[in-house]
Amino acid sequence: MAEVTLSKLNKFFDTTHVVKDVDLQIRDKEFMVFVGPSGCGKTTTLRMIAGLEAVSSGDIRIEDNLVNEVPPMDRDIAMVFQNYALYPHMSVASNMAFGLKMRKFPRDQIEERIKRAATILGIENLLARKPRQLSGGQRQRVALGRAIVRDPKVFLFDEPLSNLDAKLRVQMRVELKKLHERLAVTSIYVTHDQVEAMTLGDRVVVMKDGWVQQVGEPLELYNQPANRFVAGFIGSPAMNFAEVTLADQGGKVVAEAQGLRIVLPDELAARARTKMNGAGTPATLGIRPEDLHVAGAADSADHCFDVNVEVVEQLGSEILLDSRVGSALMVASIDPAVKVRAHDKLRLALKPERLHLFDPQTEMAY
Amino acid sequence: MIEGALWRKWVFYNIPLILFVFVLLFPFYWMIITTFRPDGELYRPWNAVNYMPFWTNNPTLEHIKYLFEETNFGRWMMNTMFIATISTLISLFCGVLAGYALARLNFPYAGSLGTVIFVTYLVPQTLLFIPLAQIIRNFELGDTPWSLILTYPTFLIPFCTWLMMGYFKAIPKELEECARIDGASRWKAMVYIIIPVAVPGILSSGIIAFTLSWNEFIYALVFLSSPDQKTVPVGVTSELIRGDVFFWGPLMAGALLGSIPVAIVYSFFVEHYVSGLTGSVKG
Repeated sequence: MAEVTLSKLNKFFDTTHVVKDVDLQIRDKEFMVFVGPSGCGKTTTLRMIAGLEAVSSGDIRIEDNLVNEVPPMDRDIAMVFQNYALYPHMSVASNMAFGLKMRKFPRDQIEERIKRAATILGIENLLARKPRQLSGGQRQRVALGRAIVRDPKVFLFDEPLSNLDAKLRVQMRVELKKLHERLAVTSIYVTHDQVEAMTLGDRVVVMKDGWVQQVGEPLELYNQPANRFVAGFIGSPAMNFAEVTLADQGGKVVAEAQGLRIVLPDELAARARTKMNGAGTPATLGIRPEDLHVAGAADSADHCFDVNVEVVEQLGSEILLDSRVGSALMVASIDPAVKVRAHDKLRLALKPERLHLFDPQTEMAY
Repeated sequence: MIEGALWRKWVFYNIPLILFVFVLLFPFYWMIITTFRPDGELYRPWNAVNYMPFWTNNPTLEHIKYLFEETNFGRWMMNTMFIATISTLISLFCGVLAGYALARLNFPYAGSLGTVIFVTYLVPQTLLFIPLAQIIRNFELGDTPWSLILTYPTFLIPFCTWLMMGYFKAIPKELEECARIDGASRWKAMVYIIIPVAVPGILSSGIIAFTLSWNEFIYALVFLSSPDQKTVPVGVTSELIRGDVFFWGPLMAGALLGSIPVAIVYSFFVEHYVSGLTGSVKG
């Protein structure tokens, strides 16, 4: 049982406050992903868990043991670094053996563990090579192998895939997922790539400016973002936002902006009503590109609007339309069969149940 | 490379290169030719009919023989070798540890301490030898090899520290962090990971330190007095220049033989040396 618990964790570099009151419970065997833009404090948090950075205030517990003052070597963790950090003067086998030698494992056990890890990762034929004789993907595997042989309580990953090319990254992502299923060890993974976060994580922590924005399962973040930042960060292409005013018209709540008039569905309307004070309450409307389509006969006029198409990006499996409604920019992902060209006028419809509303001041979701 | 017409390549690349090579190698050539030239030719007036400064038809080993039979040259070589080796080892040991500390350990004023160490390297030896002579006398080390072994590090340690600090800073921090997570203490991480990776840097600073102490003149001149304690640079110049008489043949033979160990050290480590100076650590 290796739970990792962070409570009221803070980190200051001199006077800069980089990690702010992080409270988090990482469950046993869970794959937890920290995601956020660069400088959001995710890597610093990971390094504090590893013991490479001192904790300014708050507690870190691994398996109920307070580890704030425990040196990295005694925390029983393994870490995979972005630049792999392979020891350049040692062969692959010695790289993997180093941690076990430091812990005074008997020689036959070291060899057995290296063999097993090398088989799992498919690097048996590389054991005698030096790191400089390996490709990027192979180095990444060796770095993983070095973590696996230790059989630690917790794996820490610091953007391990960002030095790989796009194709290899997808492949390694799948392998990481398989590896985690096979080993079932608590893992904490830091990335700035929301796709990695969505695909790998059992749960995802979204961070910004040192604050935890939301913690949840990937689909929870996608479907119920807690605030505008999470809504815009998770999902690709990013969610569209339009500044609207809310008004009560004949028992219905209507979101209006220049060229846009959307009747909110009842559930969202009920939540919006609690925030409305009189006519013309400002709000931010959010809708994902994949929840827009070209309007047809079945679409109610309550959920349609006209756009000017500015750019057409044909991706084969879909078309991304960069279009404009009044002053708002709308990206729509539509059926690739639709014939559309730049500067066309087009009527789009949205799925009303997929609408999001945010407070323009606090940016929190309604 | 220079692009364009052939004449441009000659004017801007080949000819300057040839001039440089000539200027750099001519003193060595002069040293070698003088070593093997008999006295009769060396002191022949410039307007003699058979005056031939750049070549000799009668090479001789008499100057080298003179050097070994009539002076303490062999002893001087041993002295220099002993002093240079020990002071280099002391300086490397201190320089590696200090360089590591300045590059990696977070302690107050680490940056300014590094600068101060560099400044001490800039204090000229011509200024420093006077107080050092006092110290040597107080410790009664005058005229012993230890007077030099203990004073050479005053300029070698700052030099090694500065060079190693730069080299350690170029080694990715993650290597050491990974080692510490893998179960190594800071000391073990340094011994097993950082120092092996820094070998090219250690070799380069070792070579330069060895050369500096091999060639050192002022301290050796001041602190050593008896002929059998001297180092090569001091011995050769003090024993082979008598008054205003220069024994050119043995002088040049001494310079030639004295430069051989340094040349051997350089050629032996040249590959590591180059990568040490360019400071490349590729993972």
